[in-house]
Amino acid sequence: MILIFQLTFFLYLFAAATYLVFFFNQNDRLRTMARITTITAGVIHLTYTAARFIHSGHTPITSNHEAVSFFALAVTWGYLSFRWRYKVKNFGVFVSPIVAVLMFVASRASQQLTELPPALQSLWLPVHASIAVMANAFLALAFCGGIMYLLQEREIKNKKFGLFYSRLPSLEALDNLNRHCLAVGFPLMTLGIITGSIWAKQAWGAYWQWDPKETWSLITWFIYAAILHQRFTAGWRRRRVAIMAIIGFASALFTLWGVNFLLEGLHSYAG
Amino acid sequence: MQAENIFVLGVNHKTAPVAIREQLAFSGETLPLKELLAIDGCTECCILSTCNRVEIIFVTRNPDSTPLTIRNFLFGKSLLSDSDYDRYTYLHQGQDAINHLFRVGASLDSMIVGEPQILGQLKQAYKVANDNQCTGTVLNRFLHKSFSVAKRIRTETNIGGSAVSISYAAVELAKKIFGELKDKVVMLVGAGEMAELAAEHLITQGISQVVVVNRTFENAVKLAKRFNGKAAGLDDLIPQLTDVDILISSTGAQGLVLKRDDVKPAMKQRMNRPLFLIDIAVPRDLDPELNNLDNVYLYDIDDLKNVVDINKAERDKEAARGERIVIEETMKFMQWLAGLALAPTIMDLRTKADGICRAEIDRTLSHLKELSPKEMKSLEKMAEAITNKLLHDPILYLKGEIHKEAPGQKLASIRQIFGLDHDHDQEN
Repeated sequence: MILIFQLTFFLYLFAAATYLVFFFNQNDRLRTMARITTITAGVIHLTYTAARFIHSGHTPITSNHEAVSFFALAVTWGYLSFRWRYKVKNFGVFVSPIVAVLMFVASRASQQLTELPPALQSLWLPVHASIAVMANAFLALAFCGGIMYLLQEREIKNKKFGLFYSRLPSLEALDNLNRHCLAVGFPLMTLGIITGSIWAKQAWGAYWQWDPKETWSLITWFIYAAILHQRFTAGWRRRRVAIMAIIGFASALFTLWGVNFLLEGLHSYAG
Repeated sequence: MQAENIFVLGVNHKTAPVAIREQLAFSGETLPLKELLAIDGCTECCILSTCNRVEIIFVTRNPDSTPLTIRNFLFGKSLLSDSDYDRYTYLHQGQDAINHLFRVGASLDSMIVGEPQILGQLKQAYKVANDNQCTGTVLNRFLHKSFSVAKRIRTETNIGGSAVSISYAAVELAKKIFGELKDKVVMLVGAGEMAELAAEHLITQGISQVVVVNRTFENAVKLAKRFNGKAAGLDDLIPQLTDVDILISSTGAQGLVLKRDDVKPAMKQRMNRPLFLIDIAVPRDLDPELNNLDNVYLYDIDDLKNVVDINKAERDKEAARGERIVIEETMKFMQWLAGLALAPTIMDLRTKADGICRAEIDRTLSHLKELSPKEMKSLEKMAEAITNKLLHDPILYLKGEIHKEAPGQKLASIRQIFGLDHDHDQEN
């Protein structure tokens, strides 16, 4: 099983490297290669996750390794589902390194199969955790879109056309990318918080206990809610949304990890 | 077929002014292909005639006389001296001719390097020549090769990549900001050739509406009619900003037409939809501060010129890569021509060898009547094997690397060694 994981990791790494080289020399053959590699890696990764599920008997999303690996899987499939509907030039170049980094983090964590603590033995585990991670995946894609937007806009505003101008899509396309990712990510995130709260009621007896993870996810939720609200009322778009998407994702990452390491709380199962 | 029999004779924008190019013996509509083919020695020809160049591509049996006859025919009615001919026209032969046509087709020789029209014009020229049965083995291959070389350069380099005129650069930028230009509204403030040109380019990109603003309303109406658009007075400029996406300003006004504080409130009303401002007036119409507003992109004439210069430099770099491809393909074509020259000699060699072999077999077998059919067959096989093996090395030698200095020399020596050119004298 470790072998499958390492193969997946290697394939993601290879895809990211290929995308990076492609970005500089724009050789179409490399892009095709990177795409095929990404899809292959995504499929093998899915198999790996399924195998882990069968082995352990529960959704593999409880240990740090599992959560991050699942995160990477969700980003990959979120990206692939996106690609299937929209074309965003060179999006893969920015997404693939994130996936590779996530896989690296997952590879460093303990890959041991663990017994579930009693509090986690619930049907809500797969529902709550996978929805929350999938929300994060779309927020990660919005984060990529935000970075691409800022890079492209800087070149257009400053009238200095360097590496990105010809390689990145139009500002409009990047703004749309952001909107779509947030439109998927935000409802998922809301759903993640609601399911978490229902589960909390069952497991701990209260819907909301202000443990650090809950607090931080609420902060993140407010950041994204603000983006969407401003977008529809004050016409916030483009640059500001791009910056907010980056800030929001930083907050989401902190909710996912920072809280685990820096703050003690009820959610600290994984380690 | 020797490469030395291929020529390109021409005049272009670099060598001759329009006044000279006009004096050529024919006008665009009917090309004198038949007349050229009637010239002694000329076996194939094709004429490329555009506003920037006239090129006669031809193959002749008499490399010494035909080019001159063709040149005199072309300038028949004009009164040019010999030195004028030499000054204004160029004549490329063999490898140079191949190299030249490949460069022309790939737009490396064009006034604007990388412009794509020339390839279409060359294809059309070939079609006309082909329809008139003026092309044969060599030119068919030569011209098709020039198309594929042009295509190869277009795909392998970025030669036609970026805009090299101000108005195209503006359109390109607009596309980077808005993506699709459909259902976008463009506003022209003031009139001017460059502004109108840019507006025209934008319309071909699918712009939905043009609004023309002018100090004198009648002028606005006139111009608006041309673009099928709307006219407005200068007072309407700021209120209209709510609906406009691209604004091209080119008034003769001394001061600023649009200031930062005029646009700022408009952006709110626009719900921050991006606004692309193009200022091609000197002195400037638009406040340089505008570029600092969120979602406003301001380009003045110098910015656009800068973009064009960068793109031009980029094209020149790409053109250098294109030249390398041309050289490579020219060598390949020379190889093909050499192979074409080889074919008759190899054929002669084989015919001669087979003839001797057959004759000797027949003579021997007529003495050995007691042999069984099987033994006869073996004997024949042996004789054939000997001839084939003897010929193997000379043919390999012929097909091998062709020496640049003396392309015909190998052929001549082989023909001499094997006496390929006296066969008929001896036997008949």
